[in-house]
Amino acid sequence: MTMDLIIEAIVALCIVIGGVFTLVGSIGLIKLNRPMPRLHAPTKASTLGVGAILIASMLLSFWRGEGSLHELLITGFLFVTAPISALFIAKVHLHRGEMAQDPPPPPMDDVWATLDTPPEDLEAGRPDQPSATPAE
Amino acid sequence: MPRKLARRILPHPLLTVLLVVSWCLLQNHVSLGTVVFGLILGLLIPGFIAPYWPDRPHMKKPHLLPGYVLLVIWDIIVANCIVAYIVLFKSNASLQPAWVLVPLDVKTPEAISMLAGTITLTPGTVSADLSDEGHALLVHALDAPDPDAVRDDIKNRYERRLKEIFE
Repeated sequence: MTMDLIIEAIVALCIVIGGVFTLVGSIGLIKLNRPMPRLHAPTKASTLGVGAILIASMLLSFWRGEGSLHELLITGFLFVTAPISALFIAKVHLHRGEMAQDPPPPPMDDVWATLDTPPEDLEAGRPDQPSATPAE
Repeated sequence: MPRKLARRILPHPLLTVLLVVSWCLLQNHVSLGTVVFGLILGLLIPGFIAPYWPDRPHMKKPHLLPGYVLLVIWDIIVANCIVAYIVLFKSNASLQPAWVLVPLDVKTPEAISMLAGTITLTPGTVSADLSDEGHALLVHALDAPDPDAVRDDIKNRYERRLKEIFE
């Protein structure tokens, strides 16, 4: 009986922690005022938020004797996909160049991969830029 | 000859193990049936994708990987608390976001992508881009009064370990 109470308290604690961190992630999205810093809040605060909620779910399912390990898989997929979405948002910011400070050039090699436009594309002109050689 | 045959059947032994484990996790219970079907998938899928992934990663010391994963999980917890503190209690004006350049010592694409993923998941940093020849990473730090310290931290804490595991 008391064990029931302890497990439930731990599960409740995990859910509250998860909720708080998810909330902080959302607050950060609103509060941070520049595009690149804004990227940080949702990528990090939400990993621990979701993680704590998944731990709570796993703990409860094992306590009730219907053990579930789906949550491990969800965590794994989350850890693999979260950096990729962050990387793509960062790449969009690099392309649009709307940052407070432009990134410095790489210490070795020529340019950052995102900005490495092949010469034939530069000649053809991108749709959002006037082409170098006007079309007939 | 037997070595070559084993390589044909099992082009990615670790991938096979990973597929069996994830199949059992997806089914959410372990029985002979799920393991056998997982094994079928684990043998077929690496065979199909082998032509598209010719230079499979040769992990030199795969036994160091669990330690690395634990370290990263711990750092993720710490990172979350730091970022939460910054979001809640630091004003936007006092934040010092900075670009950090990380010259890379690791060469294999798998190690570089793991490093980039780790950087994104841990303390106040997001990996934003790779240089065109793959010798440097562009990292954005949320609050870094001293960008060089961030770079050294990434190199000593994560890259050194990854280099040991992969190369």
